[in-house]
Amino acid sequence: MGHMNEFPLDLRLFLKVYPWRRIDPVPRVNLVKPLSECRVALVSSAAFVLPGQEPFDPDARGGDTTFRTISGDADIHQLVDTHPSDHFDHAGIDADPNLAFPLERLRELARQGRIGSVAPRHLSFCGAILAPGRLTRDTAPAAARLLVEDGVDVALLVPV
Amino acid sequence: MCTQTVGLIAGELERCGIATVAVQLLREVAQRVRPPRGLWVPFRHGHPLGLPNRPDVQHSVIAAALSLLEDSRVETPALADFVPRELPVPAV
Repeated sequence: MGHMNEFPLDLRLFLKVYPWRRIDPVPRVNLVKPLSECRVALVSSAAFVLPGQEPFDPDARGGDTTFRTISGDADIHQLVDTHPSDHFDHAGIDADPNLAFPLERLRELARQGRIGSVAPRHLSFCGAILAPGRLTRDTAPAAARLLVEDGVDVALLVPV
Repeated sequence: MCTQTVGLIAGELERCGIATVAVQLLREVAQRVRPPRGLWVPFRHGHPLGLPNRPDVQHSVIAAALSLLEDSRVETPALADFVPRELPVPAV
C-alpha cells in the first residue's frame, strides 16, 4: 500500500525531516449543482506528455513546476511517462495511463450521465517537486486560471 | 512528493472556485498538507487507482472520490479512506 516503507532508507529519512507544506486556511468550494451537470477536469502528477510536448526536466532545481495541457479528446495511449522517479514501479502507468490519468474513465462517466461533461483541457504536472514555492506562487495559480477559463466545476487530482 | 504536489494544487484550485478531490497515497503527508478533500487509497506508489487495465477498480476509486464532493456534510479538510471490496494490489 502507499507507505513510506516502499522507499529506501535514505529517502525515508529525508522524508521524515522534510518540511511538508501546510494549506492554511483550507479553502472550500461546495458544489452548487448536481455532479451530473458539472464539468470535470483531471490533474495528474504522473508527468505524462503527449508526443511533441516537451518532457519534464529531471534536472530542474527543486523539481520541474511546469505543467502540460492534455486535450480532452487526446488518445490516452499516446501519453508518454516522463516522471523521473525510480522510487515507484512505472509498469502500471506505462501499460495503462488511466491508472494515473483516467481520461477514458471520465469519458465513460460522462456517457453514463454521472458527470456533466469532460473538460476540454486537463493538466499534467510532474509531482517530484521538492521546492514547491514556484508551484504555489506561479504555476498552480496559472493552472487554476486555465481551468476557470474552461468553465471547470470539479477537478479530480491523482498523484503517482 | 506527488501527494504534496497534488494537495497544494488542489488548494489553489479551490481558492479559485473549483471544487476538488485528491487521491492520496501517503496518509501522513495528506494529514500534514491538508488538501480540502482527500481520498486515501491503500495502493502502492505508481498505482493510485489500483490496477492497470481494470476499469472496474479504477471506477470504484473515482466513484468514492466523487462521492466526497457530493456530501455537503463533509467537514474540510477531509481525509476519507477508500476501502476496496477486495484488495487488488499485492502488498509491498
